[in-house]
Amino acid sequence: MIGSILAAEFTDTEKWVVNSFWGVIAAVMIVAALRVVTTKNVVHAALWLVVVLAGVAIQFIFLGSEFVAVTQILVYIGAVVVLFLFGVMLTRASMGDDESVGEEKRTMAALVGVMLAVVMAVALVDTYGDDQLIIDEPQRVDEVSDAIFSQYIVPFEAVSVLLLAALIGAIVVARKD
Amino acid sequence: MILNQFLLLAAALFCIGVYGVLVRKNGMLVLMSVELILNAVNINLVAFGALTDDVGGEVFALFTIAVAAAEVGIGLAIVLLMYRNRRSIDLSEADLMKG
Repeated sequence: MIGSILAAEFTDTEKWVVNSFWGVIAAVMIVAALRVVTTKNVVHAALWLVVVLAGVAIQFIFLGSEFVAVTQILVYIGAVVVLFLFGVMLTRASMGDDESVGEEKRTMAALVGVMLAVVMAVALVDTYGDDQLIIDEPQRVDEVSDAIFSQYIVPFEAVSVLLLAALIGAIVVARKD
Repeated sequence: MILNQFLLLAAALFCIGVYGVLVRKNGMLVLMSVELILNAVNINLVAFGALTDDVGGEVFALFTIAVAAAEVGIGLAIVLLMYRNRRSIDLSEADLMKG
């Protein structure tokens, strides 16, 4: 998989190709994310969200986590986006344009976003600088499953109960009575 | 590959998500912006897991995905209920608890 391409023994040219590919994916993700929060059409926003989610899955493959990448595609693109599209269909009033908040609030929100980005970027560059990420081989799926069912068994059970509660809660909230 | 390129990408996605939550009035679009934030966190978790060569990052990314799925289910149920009750999912009209 692509994760193993990042191994240290590759030449500079090959590393450059991988890094450029990464840059293209990242740029597409940023543009798609901006479209998600700016487009007027709700269905278009959901479809731009698919691009972002697929980009995140590719980032997971870059990081050598194939299992998380596949789960991302199955759960997010397969289930969550479909759920969103169903929600858009069921609330017909929102099919048209979404009139956003006023210009002043929009400016303030952009200011909050930019300032947050600057703070985080400065902190990250200051803390991690040029720390190399060496991914020799993809993370093995059996290690992940072993960890989930031994070390992380309590959070796993908590997530199971949470999903059950969410299932029942969604039915109770949304049913007609 | 350096660690920071992943962390900065995640930070950018996070900030775009925050902007979306603040600027959108449609409940459905706010939920989509929240998804952006959750995905940014997932990239961070997996990146730090790869940095420390620890499987915990991936495991918690999987937990986050499960929690996000639950969140979307409940969130959409609430938005549907809101639509049924007031024929609109404009969040600025939902001011029942305003003091």
